[in-house]
Amino acid sequence: MKPRSRTGRRLADRTARVVMIPAALIGLAVLAWILWEVVARGAGALGGSFFTELPTPPGMEGGGLGNAILGTLVITLLATVMGTPVGLLAGIYLAEFGTTSRLATAVRFTTNLLMGTPSIIIGIFVYALIVLRTGHFSGWAGAVALAILMLPVVLRTTEDMLNLVPDELRESALALGAPRWRATLTVVFRAAKTGLATGILLAVARVSGETAPLLFTALNSFYWPQSINEPTANLTVTIFNYAMSPYADWQQKAWGASLLITVGVLFVAVLSRFALKDRRSRTWSR
Amino acid sequence: MDTTTRQRRVDVAFRVLTAACALVVILVMGGILVELVRNSGMSIREFGLGFLTSDDWNPYAGEFGAASSIFGTIVSTAIAMVLAVPLSLIIAIYLVEVARPRASRIIGGGIELLAAVPSIIYGMWGLFVFAALMQEHVQPWLGRWFGFLPLFQGPPMGIGMLTAGLILTLMVLPFITAVTRDVLQMVPPVLKESAHGMGATMWEATRHIALKYGRRGIVGAVFLGFGRALGETMAVTFVIGNSHRISSSLFDAGNTIASSLANEFNEASEPIYLSSLFELALVLFGLTLLFQTLAHFWVTRLQKQEAGDR
Repeated sequence: MKPRSRTGRRLADRTARVVMIPAALIGLAVLAWILWEVVARGAGALGGSFFTELPTPPGMEGGGLGNAILGTLVITLLATVMGTPVGLLAGIYLAEFGTTSRLATAVRFTTNLLMGTPSIIIGIFVYALIVLRTGHFSGWAGAVALAILMLPVVLRTTEDMLNLVPDELRESALALGAPRWRATLTVVFRAAKTGLATGILLAVARVSGETAPLLFTALNSFYWPQSINEPTANLTVTIFNYAMSPYADWQQKAWGASLLITVGVLFVAVLSRFALKDRRSRTWSR
Repeated sequence: MDTTTRQRRVDVAFRVLTAACALVVILVMGGILVELVRNSGMSIREFGLGFLTSDDWNPYAGEFGAASSIFGTIVSTAIAMVLAVPLSLIIAIYLVEVARPRASRIIGGGIELLAAVPSIIYGMWGLFVFAALMQEHVQPWLGRWFGFLPLFQGPPMGIGMLTAGLILTLMVLPFITAVTRDVLQMVPPVLKESAHGMGATMWEATRHIALKYGRRGIVGAVFLGFGRALGETMAVTFVIGNSHRISSSLFDAGNTIASSLANEFNEASEPIYLSSLFELALVLFGLTLLFQTLAHFWVTRLQKQEAGDR
C-alpha cells in the first residue's frame, strides 16, 4: 500500500461517513413512500362490501373482491399443507441422516438452485405439468406452484434449525431407548420448534404475495370458487388485471387489494422476525 | 425383542421417507428442465439457433426471435446491479460500522421489510407513482443535461427500460444489503481492532480488512441480487412498456424475458407461439442456472484460497 497523507486519509474517512447517511435513508424512505401510497390509495376501497361481495363490471357501483380474498386464502393454505411436510421431512434428512452423503450434497445444491429459480418459471412448469395435462386452469395447479416455491425455504430453515440442536439432546433420547424417529419428531423437533415455525412463516410470507406463478395456473375468476378444480379467483392476479384495465373503479379496487396483500404479507414477515429473534436470544443465553 | 425389530423397521421406513422427500427437490428441478425442453421442441426445430439472435417477434406472421427479450433482461439487470451493489455495500457498512445500535436496528428492520414487500406492490407503485415522477422530473432533467448521450434521448414517457431498471434496483437493494450486513457482522472484532490499533481509520479498516474478510459472502450476496433481478417479473411487467424492440435509449419501452412471458403466455393461441414462449422460459431458466452455478464455484474457490492463506 502506498503511503498517503494524513489529511487525505481523514478526508476519505469523513467523505465515506457523510455519504453513508443519505444512502442508508433511501431504504427507509422508499419503504415509507410505498406504504404511504398503498394506504392512501387503497384505504378508500376497503368498505364492508369489499370483503363480502363479488366483483361488478367496470363502471358499476359497489361490489367487492370477496371471492379473490377467499381464493387467495384457500390456495395459500393448500400450498402450505402440501409444501410444509415435504420441506420438513427433507430438512430432517439433511440434518439428521444424510449430513455429508452424496445425496445430501446434491439436494443442498439443488435446493439453492430452486431457491434462485424465477417464480414465473415455476408457474410455466406447473402449467405444462398440470394445466396442459388436465386441459383446464385450476386452483390446485396454483397451490402446487406455490408449494414448490415454499419447499426450498422450509427445507433450508429446517436444516439450519435442527443443526442448532445440541447432539447431547439426541443422545439422551436415544439412550433412554427412544427410536430415532421418535427422538427426532418429539425431542429434537420440540427443541427447535420456534425456529421451525419461523421457517414456515417465512415461506408463507414469501408465497402469499406471489403473482407470476398463479397467472398460468389458478388464473382468475369473477365468481365464488365452487371447486378447487376450476379457475380460482385470487387477489394478486386480480391486482394485475385491474391495474392494467383503463377503468378508474377497477384501479381503485386494485389499490384496495394491494393494501390487503401488503398488510397481510408484512404482518407475517414481522411475526417471523420476532419469532426468530426470540429463538436467537434463547440460544445465546444457553 | 419383537418390539425392537419393529422399532428398527419403523426407523428404516422413517429414514427412507425423509430421503424420498429430499429427492423431491431434485425431481422438481429435473422436471422443470424436461418440461421446458419438451414443450419448446417445435420452436427449437423451427428456428434453431436463430431464435437467440433474431429480434423479429411477430405472432401474426409466426416469426419469433428472443434477441429483444434477452437484450432487455440484460440491460435492466445491468442498471439494477450497477446502482444497487455499491449502494447496498455502503448501507451495510453504515449499519455495521458507523450507526448507533438503535439507528442500525430501525434502518436494518426497514430494509428487511422492504425485502418482504411483494413484487406486484412494487409494480403498482412503479406504474402509478414512480413512473409519473420519472416522466415529470427525472427524465426531462436527464434529457436536458445528458441528452447528447444516445442513452437519454426521446420523449419522456415515464415507463420504459430506465424505470424498470430503477425499480429493480430498489427491489434487489434490500437483499444484497441484508446479506452483506450479516457477513460484516461475522468479521471477528479483533481483526478490525488490530487495524484501528495501527492507526487505520474506520473506512480503511472496512475496505482493507472487513470487506476482504467477508468477500466470499459478499460475492454470494451480489449473485443473490443478480438472480432476483434477472427473473423478476411483475414489477418489470408493470413499468417496462412491453415492446419487442431493441433501442439505444433507456427512455424507450422494452421487454424482458419474464415480462414477455407474463404478458403473452395466456394469449398464445398458435402452437408455435406457445412453443416459442416455452423456449423463452428455457433461456431464462438456463441463464439463472448458469449464473448460480458460476457463483457456487467462485465462492467455493474463494473458500479454498482462504484455507490456503491461513
